[in-house]
Amino acid sequence: MMNFRFRRTLRSLARNWNNLDMRLKWGILFVVALVYPFLASSQYYVHIMNLAFIYVVLSLGLNIVCGLAGLLDLGFIAFYAVGAYTYAILSIKLGLSFWEILPIACFATALFGLLVGSAAFRLRGDYFAIVTMGYGEIIRILANNLTFLTNGPIGIAGIPRPTIFGFKFEDPFQYYFLALSFVTISIFLTYRFQASRIGRALEAIREDEIAAVSMGVNLKNFKLISFIIGAMLGGSIGVFFASYATFVSPESFSFMESVMVLAMVVIGGMGTIEGPVIGALILVFLPEALRSLSDYRMLIFGALMVFMMIVMPKGFMGWIKPRRILKVAEEENSFVTRDF
Amino acid sequence: MFLQQLVNGVTLGAVYALIALGYTMVYGILELINFAHGEIFMMGSFFGLLFWWILEMTGFSRIIPIPLIIFLMFIFSMVATAFLGALLEFIAYRPLRSVTNRLIPLISALGASIFLQNFAMLTFGSTNRVYPAIFPDVGWDLFHARISLIQVFIFITCILMMAGLTVLVNKTKLGRSMRAVAQDYVTASLMGIRVNRIITITFMIGSSLAAAAGVMYGMYYGVAKFDMGYLAGLKAFTAAVLGGIGNIPGAMLGGFCLGIIESFGAGYISSEYKDMFAFLMLLFILLLRPSGLLGQQVPDKV
Repeated sequence: MMNFRFRRTLRSLARNWNNLDMRLKWGILFVVALVYPFLASSQYYVHIMNLAFIYVVLSLGLNIVCGLAGLLDLGFIAFYAVGAYTYAILSIKLGLSFWEILPIACFATALFGLLVGSAAFRLRGDYFAIVTMGYGEIIRILANNLTFLTNGPIGIAGIPRPTIFGFKFEDPFQYYFLALSFVTISIFLTYRFQASRIGRALEAIREDEIAAVSMGVNLKNFKLISFIIGAMLGGSIGVFFASYATFVSPESFSFMESVMVLAMVVIGGMGTIEGPVIGALILVFLPEALRSLSDYRMLIFGALMVFMMIVMPKGFMGWIKPRRILKVAEEENSFVTRDF
Repeated sequence: MFLQQLVNGVTLGAVYALIALGYTMVYGILELINFAHGEIFMMGSFFGLLFWWILEMTGFSRIIPIPLIIFLMFIFSMVATAFLGALLEFIAYRPLRSVTNRLIPLISALGASIFLQNFAMLTFGSTNRVYPAIFPDVGWDLFHARISLIQVFIFITCILMMAGLTVLVNKTKLGRSMRAVAQDYVTASLMGIRVNRIITITFMIGSSLAAAAGVMYGMYYGVAKFDMGYLAGLKAFTAAVLGGIGNIPGAMLGGFCLGIIESFGAGYISSEYKDMFAFLMLLFILLLRPSGLLGQQVPDKV
């Protein structure tokens, strides 16, 4: 009887998922996330989930820039790198603690975002994308070559682990809850930001720039704010990453990583909050699921990415609920596919 | 030193320019950054190598005169890569052409490049593959600089190819159709131009130029590797932007500029930062002149 009722609840839950109250929805997901490490068969799966959480926060950050403000940022990983290196350098050279460095790193990435953003916003469209790609590469090359600070390609090892009230985070299982709190706070912040005056203004900009400007929206400042908020999310999770891996090297911050995070946002569904979360989970777990095919893993992964774009070009969320996804002027950009 | 760096830079720049042409042509027509183009370049390099392996296995490499081998190597690699480019367009881009969001084809291109890179790794191995040193090691000394035969060959071949492309685009009927499609595909299709066919041909031409660049790159550095497409592609893309993306003479100019600046940066300042000079210059150019060196300022669409 009990079992039957449980199953029925599950089924109706699945059917009505989209109509559920947002808080309830996230509450359920949070509970599932809380029990996950206890059900996981090994530390390895907890570790993979931690990685997925890092990417969840990264893609939430990029989603603010990309999905909300409609700016194509190809160098997002640079902010992540700034956060990670800030933690690595300050904790080793100055001996500061995790909780002291976290706000410093957020401030540093915000400053960096301001610097890059105010220069890059002079450009539009594709050129903006290219400039962001350029600074992403520059950060990586700097990390590779400023040897006195970053140890160059060898990287910085032995980064201290964070402690809280004398409790030290050591194994993936303990880290899991730290990562989960990062994710929870990011999701909460993203919701608050999207619902705020700035967030609504940004959505207006994304939908119709000219209309938004004529309604008195300060285009540049609002875009810059979104850029900085996104950067800070990236920077904060960079701090987490450095402490989790206890090792940073330029290799982790390649252009491919930036594009990977972008792929998570797009595959999940831009402009939504569930989208980047789903996208990050898919793209982290998919290669793991294909691990038994070892050599062909990435080959299949690449092919699947193309396939996914063809089958659901609006991402997972667009596939589930087509209406809430962002709408771009259709007649302007659509392309003829037939031969005449 | 100065002249030597200039010679090296021009050689490198010629190769970048050839790859950049593919980016710029596709962008000019589809407004799409073809991120898989670097992998097309890499595959071109491997196709050339594959042809050499076939010759070696069958023993023809000792019978056929060397200039003919080189010529056939280029032809084989260019034809094979042209079909690969067309296939890429057909599978990864054509189904997405009606999609309005510009990020979607970009992600698809990324998937394709991951696929191609891993395909190359599985078929050709993950180590450096030695390219045949079939070029005679001849060179001339000129004011303390050494110019080798292969450098002259690369320069001349690139110039010839670029000239050929310029003539094709500006003087032939096909070129006119290409320009028409780039300007306005709807009107072009109404005028009886087969838009899809033109796009396929553009991809084929761009890919075969990249293949030629790949073979030259392999011959110049003596190796081919499965992941060499990434950085070369990024640089060529930078070159295309530098010259003004969508602009064919611009891509050539951008390629040469990039090669020379990189070579001087490596020679005079530090070879470790040589990749950074390219990107720093890119940022400067974009901030000072957002549409690139030869690009036209596009007014805002209202």
